[in-house]
Amino acid sequence: MSKPTALHAVHEAAGAHFTDFAGWQMPLRYGSELAEHHAVRTAAGLFDLSHMGEIEVVGPQAAALLDHALVGDISAIAVAKAKYTMICNEDGGILDDLIVYRLSDERYMVVANASNAGVVLDALKRRAAGFDAEVQDRCDDWSLIAVQGPRSAAILGELTGADLGALRYYAIQETTVAGRAVRLARTGYTGEDGFEIFCDPADAVDIWQALSEAGAPHGLVPAGLACRDSLRLEAAMPLYGNELSADLTPYEAGLGRVVKLDKGSDFVGRAALAARAGREVTRVRVGLRPEGRRAPRSGYAVLDRASETQVGTVTSGAPSPTLGYPIAMAYVDTALSEPGTRVAVDVRGQRVEAEVVALPFYSRPR
Amino acid sequence: MNLPADLLYTKDHEWLRIEGDVATVGITEFASEALGDVVYVDLPDAGSAVTAGEPCGEIESTKSVSDLYAPTDGEVLEVNDAVVQEPGLVNTDPFGAGWLLRLRVASTDGLLDADAYAQLAEQG
Repeated sequence: MSKPTALHAVHEAAGAHFTDFAGWQMPLRYGSELAEHHAVRTAAGLFDLSHMGEIEVVGPQAAALLDHALVGDISAIAVAKAKYTMICNEDGGILDDLIVYRLSDERYMVVANASNAGVVLDALKRRAAGFDAEVQDRCDDWSLIAVQGPRSAAILGELTGADLGALRYYAIQETTVAGRAVRLARTGYTGEDGFEIFCDPADAVDIWQALSEAGAPHGLVPAGLACRDSLRLEAAMPLYGNELSADLTPYEAGLGRVVKLDKGSDFVGRAALAARAGREVTRVRVGLRPEGRRAPRSGYAVLDRASETQVGTVTSGAPSPTLGYPIAMAYVDTALSEPGTRVAVDVRGQRVEAEVVALPFYSRPR
Repeated sequence: MNLPADLLYTKDHEWLRIEGDVATVGITEFASEALGDVVYVDLPDAGSAVTAGEPCGEIESTKSVSDLYAPTDGEVLEVNDAVVQEPGLVNTDPFGAGWLLRLRVASTDGLLDADAYAQLAEQG
């Protein structure tokens, strides 16, 4: 039986359709996922992300432990800032992508994908051997509520004493929302400005309802995982299990920048990744814009137009609600990865022409 | 569950309105809610023959693609161009403006009435 979040009754009362996701019962959508998607792009959406896995690393050598365990330069993160990074295995394969927040000199919060929280926790505990720091499973101690969209700062501003103007992208601070103590971060997975609020599960309902009420005049609606997926696809953000897996290194994923080979300490996967860094990758993540109205979906073959041989595989695809045409991400042979290259996709037995395009498909106006 | 009593149904969540030997076919509200927002429908050509239980088209939502199964043997007389242009009609009016096609049918054997379909849908 999958686990309900602290907000389950609130979602039920709002008419949510639920889906099982990584052992959690999560809201998929409340009404129309297209309307929820548009609300996040034009106003704001309210998400329950309590399935995400919070892990804390605490102690005098917390930074050194994470420098060893993750591919990024974690000791270089300033207190109250965050970094997007990855945890890899010895051969450089991606175990998960992570956001790491530095809460103090000796305390970090690592946020893992729900589906990988156990793997990440186990790996960090193993990799902690010999370091004066402790790895703590905090998954059940935090609910996570996100407010995403261009109106999010205006909405949240009514409920918090925090100076949101001073809270920059990828920063975090301890403050209050609706009178409850929270960790407030300016992060997200939608391609919009937005905030993620880590709170005590006992406070989640009150915070959710305060945000709903304050947000309604701004056009905020509750938003489910269905639109979260279409939003992140438009923003070309990778999803573990689709664009990321243990069979791929960060270089193929187009995210080699997260690997800090010169960070001054050895780390798990360094030797394999250093060898990889010097070679050209043979396949690479690209965007596809297919002709017509049918969307290529995960697993569909990308074909060379002349030889009809398979030159890649679609990892995510959907009709883009914002753009009004289908979009997809795929891994293709590096030789065919230049924007403007023409390829074909096998869409359920029908050959659909597509053009390789630069990522992301959508960037918010600044 | 909203299920008009004057319609017949299939286990694949289609409905049929029978008038003489012509059946108007759509998908049920239950199915349209399960699919989510429909963004594309692919329907068979008018004049083509379809076979009961065989895929004859596709219904695509933001999240997934589902086959449309022919509810009976028959000949396609007409497809709903309005729903091709505006697939969201399947969600907003599944038993009305969201109809998909009209078939000339010889038999309605094996189709379910509203009660039998409701039982089946509730069992999942």
